[in-house]
Amino acid sequence: MLRPRITPCLLVKNGGLVKTTNFGNPKYVGDPINAVKIFNEKEVDEIIVVDIDASVQHKNPDYALIQNLAAECRMPLCYGGGVKTVEQIEKIIGLGVEKVAISSAAIGDPDLIATAAAVVGSQSVVVVLDVKKVESRERYEIYVHNGAQGTGLHPVEFARKAELLGAGELVINSIDCDGLMTGYDLQLAGEVRAATNLPITVLGGAGSLQDLATLIERFGTIGAAAGSLFVFKGRFRAVLINYPSRSEKDALVPRARQAVI
Amino acid sequence: MISIVDYGVGNIQAIANIYKRLNIPARIARTAEELAGAERIILPGVGAFDWAMSRLNRSGMRGVLDDLALSQSRPVLGICVGMQMLANRSDEGSLEGLGWMDAEVKKFDRAALSEREHLPHMGWNDVEPRSQESLFRDIGATGRFYFLHSYYFAPKNQNMILGVTDYGGLFASCVRAGNIYGVQFHPEKSHQWGTKLLKNFAEM
Repeated sequence: MLRPRITPCLLVKNGGLVKTTNFGNPKYVGDPINAVKIFNEKEVDEIIVVDIDASVQHKNPDYALIQNLAAECRMPLCYGGGVKTVEQIEKIIGLGVEKVAISSAAIGDPDLIATAAAVVGSQSVVVVLDVKKVESRERYEIYVHNGAQGTGLHPVEFARKAELLGAGELVINSIDCDGLMTGYDLQLAGEVRAATNLPITVLGGAGSLQDLATLIERFGTIGAAAGSLFVFKGRFRAVLINYPSRSEKDALVPRARQAVI
Repeated sequence: MISIVDYGVGNIQAIANIYKRLNIPARIARTAEELAGAERIILPGVGAFDWAMSRLNRSGMRGVLDDLALSQSRPVLGICVGMQMLANRSDEGSLEGLGWMDAEVKKFDRAALSEREHLPHMGWNDVEPRSQESLFRDIGATGRFYFLHSYYFAPKNQNMILGVTDYGGLFASCVRAGNIYGVQFHPEKSHQWGTKLLKNFAEM
């Protein structure tokens, strides 16, 4: 049966890996290629790498880095950051990347999803939604440019639109939970899950294997992504790349089967 | 020597790296001259059917490739869209496939999938071998492979099926017709199981 995906999400800034908290306060955690080599040994399900400088600084994707990552990865790679055009998406897929993540550009111009899917196929087009809860209005809102800018858009509405336009996957990233390691925003995940038939991956907040298990028990075969969980160890957040063992992952499969949704 | 066909689509370097680690000679072919004389051929693929097909047709390697596969019967392994291109046609596009296998590529039927099964079929799934095929040596039924696709390969003849995978019913995830092999999953991105399969292809 198709298994839940457990996916490390690595953030790149100035060529190094960082981990943020609530999209700020980046802490250096190592070298991207070195991290990929360790994740290879741990037989990671797939990996997401996002260059968090590229979009904000209006830079092109770092193709040399992407090419090195793709060649090194023995697991599927999803790249995001600074991707604005179909030409860039074609080039990145041509470098050996399986999936390209688009966020700000897709939200600003949703037709990019359709044109990208027509060229590289839906399965390679991932739409990332960075979501913040606007407390005053008790509603979720999509933010762009590293959480700096609100869009007024609701993630559920945009998820439906992205599916219609031909996206292949949605990554739902909670800005409020990022780096806190206190668990996923299950309400947000549930709202988006119910709205679309696309595979979704939930990111932001996972702090333990139990948090992954809770998500999978609730939603079945889903992508459970995490940053901090797989790069920090212990109360003092010492940098140590880690990942569940095969038997720990296998224990999650029956839970996915029993999920209600 | 294994030649990996580089027509600008797919994980060329990842495949080359696996063979390098296995100490199995492999080279990347970008031109007809580089491809000529290949003993075994890997045809990778990522992306939409027409996109991949048109790039292959424009690569200048099509003639040599047809000759090696059809006249010289060199073993060929098509991966993902590289597998789908072996068929006559695809629901995903309007271009003709290579037609090396009597098959067509169909879109998964949304209605046949349960509410828990989403499209694309994305992630790690099992492949159940249908025969004692050497491609699955040391893997057997325990292999896990990474899939990323919304269309599946439907061979005319069931005898072509070497392995099946369950997603809203069984589909052919590994096929063979003579010297031509195809896998729907990505062995180059499937850790030890994919590495074993690529090794088996090199040693058959």
